[in-house]
Amino acid sequence: MRLSGRQIDCIRGGRGVFSGLDFEASSGEVLAVVGPNGSGKTSLLRLIAGLLVPAGGSVVLEGGEAELTLPEQSHYLGHRDALKPALSVHENLSFWRDFLGGKVGDVSQCLTAVGLGHATHLPAAYLSAGQRRRLSIARLLVVRRPVWLLDEPTSALDTAGQDLFVGIMRDHLAGGGIIIAATHAPLGIGARELRMGGGK
Amino acid sequence: MTALAALIRRDIKIALRVGGGALIGVLFFLTVTVLMPFAIGPDLALLTRLGPAILWLGALLASLLMLDRLFTADHEDGSLDLIVMGRAPLELACAAKALAHWLAAGVPLIVATPALGLLLNLDAAATSAVALTLLVGTPALTFTGMIGAALAVTLHRGGLLLAVLVLPLSIPVLIFGVAASQAAISGPLSFGTPFSILCALSLVSLVVGPFAAAASLRHGLD
Repeated sequence: MRLSGRQIDCIRGGRGVFSGLDFEASSGEVLAVVGPNGSGKTSLLRLIAGLLVPAGGSVVLEGGEAELTLPEQSHYLGHRDALKPALSVHENLSFWRDFLGGKVGDVSQCLTAVGLGHATHLPAAYLSAGQRRRLSIARLLVVRRPVWLLDEPTSALDTAGQDLFVGIMRDHLAGGGIIIAATHAPLGIGARELRMGGGK
Repeated sequence: MTALAALIRRDIKIALRVGGGALIGVLFFLTVTVLMPFAIGPDLALLTRLGPAILWLGALLASLLMLDRLFTADHEDGSLDLIVMGRAPLELACAAKALAHWLAAGVPLIVATPALGLLLNLDAAATSAVALTLLVGTPALTFTGMIGAALAVTLHRGGLLLAVLVLPLSIPVLIFGVAASQAAISGPLSFGTPFSILCALSLVSLVVGPFAAAASLRHGLD
């Protein structure tokens, strides 16, 4: 499987964020998108996720499932956690499992895997920032998607959580997955760097 | 189908829990209806004549009150991004959200109508006529309102804009809803004519609403 972008232009709010960007990542590979604030890291991820329309160029996934689009085969872990405070931890995760569909795993098992096994019936409103992040990461585990688009995935995680996440990423890569992560901190895993421009 | 059922279940669950706001609509409906006799005065004949219109206006305003949250809540916490990326078509996801909204916020209004009819000196036949027209007409309010909610989500703080956008769209529903109720109570028109048009309006909005809302959400992605 190979994910590649050719000559991508991104314009937001009438301002060119980046232009002529090329990137590629193959199965089992991490592409770390680095660069100063405002250089377009999040924009690039959202563009790959189909949440922004590129002004030029294209992103293609070769070797994926032919009848599904790239966003339908991707996980997007953004700044916002997509959790409902009124629902319990278990309900939040079960909803995303049922909604996203495809190949799915067991909710309780995934919660245990991210260290939330003790809090399954707690309303998400009472979770700390780190726990919310762990719950979002559980979403990556419960529904199987080959491409992971991660925006600052380790922010708010404690050291143990970061180590845990490195293990989760390794498993995903070993299964032939692709990870594209926008990050400031080192991911703790061997990655190719994509350096974004000077933050005009 | 599991995806859509899950979406409907989740939205209803959130609406019924603390802070979800499903019952706020009913309370608002009650308040509007209770205020009317104070404003109009204790003229029972007049209240009976105005009753259906008051109930319809109350229901319209109450349903508008909660439409604001239909997409903004999902937009703010990032759920909307994942819904757009999901394998369920966005049009169907929008329809599922509107259906859940109607079940959680619209149906309670209809259930409350008989009790509120008493306050307006409507007899049983008149109240059931109003409840029936509300049952048929409120889906149209929700599904056309959804278009406004989708437009407003992409403009920040679009809550007020929503009211300005949606109220004109609901004029036909209001006209035929009230006309059908009046026809059932006092004639001279037959009940069937305005009621069929009301049904037609609802059916059209069931089809047009999800497509327009999905197009608006896609266009406004950011």
